Amino acid sequence: MRLILALSMLLLSTPAWAHKPSDSLLSLTVQDDRIESRWDIALRDLDDAIGLDANGDGAITWKEVQSAQDEITTYALSRLTITSNETRCPSQGPRQLIDNHTDGAYAVLLFTMTCPTTIDRIQADYRLLFDLDAQHKGLLRLTHEGDTTTAIFSQESPTQQFTISQTSTWNQVQQYVHEGIWHIWQGYDHVLFLLALLLPAVLRRVADRWEPTPNFLSAFWEVLAVVTAFTIAHSITLGLATLGLIALPSRLVESAIAASVVFAGISNLYPTLAQRRRVIAFFFGLIHGFGFASVLSDLGLPRGSLALSLVSFNLGVEVGQLAIVAMFLPFAYNLRKSWTYQRLVLVSGSLGIAVLASVWLIERTLDLKLIPL
Amino acid sequence: MNRIRTLYRMIAIGWLALSIPSLTFGEPFFPQREDQVLERLTVKATDPVAREIRTLRASLLREPQNMDVAVALATKLIEQSRSEGDPRFLGQAQAVLGPWLNHATPPSSTLLLRAMIRQHAHEFDLALADLNAVLSLQPANAQAWLTRASIYQVQGRYDEARRACQPLLRLAGRHVALTCSGDIAGLSGQATASREMLTASLERPGISTRERLWILTILAEMAARTGDSKSAEKHFLDARSLGVKDHYLIGAYADFLLDQGRSQEVVTLLQHETRADGLLLRLTLAEQALHLPASAAHTAELSARFAASKERGTRVHVREEARFALALLHDSQAALSLAQTNWAIQKEPWDARLLLESALAVGSLNAAKPAIDWLRTNHVEDIRLQQLVAQFPEEQS
Repeated sequence: MRLILALSMLLLSTPAWAHKPSDSLLSLTVQDDRIESRWDIALRDLDDAIGLDANGDGAITWKEVQSAQDEITTYALSRLTITSNETRCPSQGPRQLIDNHTDGAYAVLLFTMTCPTTIDRIQADYRLLFDLDAQHKGLLRLTHEGDTTTAIFSQESPTQQFTISQTSTWNQVQQYVHEGIWHIWQGYDHVLFLLALLLPAVLRRVADRWEPTPNFLSAFWEVLAVVTAFTIAHSITLGLATLGLIALPSRLVESAIAASVVFAGISNLYPTLAQRRRVIAFFFGLIHGFGFASVLSDLGLPRGSLALSLVSFNLGVEVGQLAIVAMFLPFAYNLRKSWTYQRLVLVSGSLGIAVLASVWLIERTLDLKLIPL
Repeated sequence: MNRIRTLYRMIAIGWLALSIPSLTFGEPFFPQREDQVLERLTVKATDPVAREIRTLRASLLREPQNMDVAVALATKLIEQSRSEGDPRFLGQAQAVLGPWLNHATPPSSTLLLRAMIRQHAHEFDLALADLNAVLSLQPANAQAWLTRASIYQVQGRYDEARRACQPLLRLAGRHVALTCSGDIAGLSGQATASREMLTASLERPGISTRERLWILTILAEMAARTGDSKSAEKHFLDARSLGVKDHYLIGAYADFLLDQGRSQEVVTLLQHETRADGLLLRLTLAEQALHLPASAAHTAELSARFAASKERGTRVHVREEARFALALLHDSQAALSLAQTNWAIQKEPWDARLLLESALAVGSLNAAKPAIDWLRTNHVEDIRLQQLVAQFPEEQS
């Protein structure tokens, strides 16, 4: 009898077009002994597993998800085991958010796993939903210092092993040097500050008038002095801030950097000030150092090699700075005798820099967005 | 004017497609309101089906060793996947059967269900292997013969399919056997006779609603293939009036309407069916034909879904993907390669059509050859396919 019943139900065995089968997305970012984790699990799957739709109306609300938060966390985390060097890495602080994927809403669990030692090999054991849905898959994305590996967990292969290759010291140096160069090139404020200070470096003050420097060497020494003052100053504060000895609010720092550019631009219009540019470079360099420090902390500093990355990053900043100087100096030196340079480039250039930086200053103090730079 | 519009659409689609990174991780958010609905379930807890499934699950929980309950639950879940077009139910059915399928020699009732699950996953050879095992133990298992016939038919192995239909004459109702072989005959050169026979079997007393739906769907598609759109329309409407939700029927009817240029009706039919990829594809095709702005967003959505299924490492809907690449992305080269991959797996009229259309778009008779040979060898009666073949310059003589 059951056969006939089954027959009448399943006769039409044409294929059905599907939505996506059940997947979860697990993203693990490994750093030192910690794994920052994000796990996206479909609300529909969680509903099948632990029942989210409390009032049975077929609609899952945020309130229903929130009230099941502990159950979701317990259910999910008990089905994922990460071990490093044979020891389990416990997870803490799951936060729960929502994200919409192509096939519906997912609960997003954010948590950190901490392993006993620096991770060089991890084993992941994933058992979510396999008991309920044999076709469920876990899509893993494992990231370590920018390198990403992907893997798929399925009922047939619920465990996977990964070797975390610790990047060599040399790689790390390269990475931070690169970031330093990149930052000075991208940070228009630092570039403009430096340029404003360097504009008068190919000139000298003789009898209340600007005159071209007599030879390249004197221009070179002048540039070197300004750049060195700036470098020493920002290295001091970069170091102090990175080591956590001084902390300033970033809005204040950013506003002060904008103000320093305004000041550097305007100072060129006042020859007495312009002649004290080494002092200006040093004084404001201290502020720019705080700006560099916030970039460096955004990059995430490896705890084990703080000093090395600090030095590498600073080195990158200097290399980027020297590249700018190397482009500027021959250009300015060749033009220095012309009327264009003394009037147009020095005066209008400095004014332009000051105006642009004033807009930054307004933007940063008032937290506005006026121009796209 | 049209060209400019197409250009804009392509730019919009390209932009949307590019803005979807692979292995998508969006920015998660904290919903603003507590009563915000995040997800709608396809089945409410209060629906009779859901209640039935829950009751079966509960009894299985009480008696985890009871295979009859497990088989009943898995059957229900497979049926549910059919009407909702949701593969999650297939995975759930497989999980329910897991304890028995892990045996060295799984019981045949569980193997039969696994064969159906594998059939849905387009793992045809694995499904056939399961069916062989079932039939060697239970040569009188009608469902196994029927499933075997339908897999052979999808694979274009018509002689084997016909042979699999024969035992049904003894084992199941006469109308089941006739419909089984009539479907195959209708494809392979005997459409008129098959249609008469199937129409007659509709009059038989005691056929179930599911069976009526099955016969009417076959009749409708057969009529559409032979160009009798009036009968096709009538059969489709009769089938729809039975009140059984069936994704295959909705898709087939949408295809019929699209071929008739009745895109507005497709939009009305499918506007709330955006969850199943196959139906969303047809909706988007209709929107494109009507130049509706929604088509760009839906195209991007489909791109994202195909990309997501690629991440998963499974590619079940190659036919849909080929059609998507050809008709919505207008990438005939990609469509051809997908259509060829698909043709290696299954050989139904739609598979031939996609191979022919994309081969035409690329201008390669060679690529179309397998489909043309298939048409000739089996005397397939399908007006659209014949029109397509006639468009190949070398075939006009």
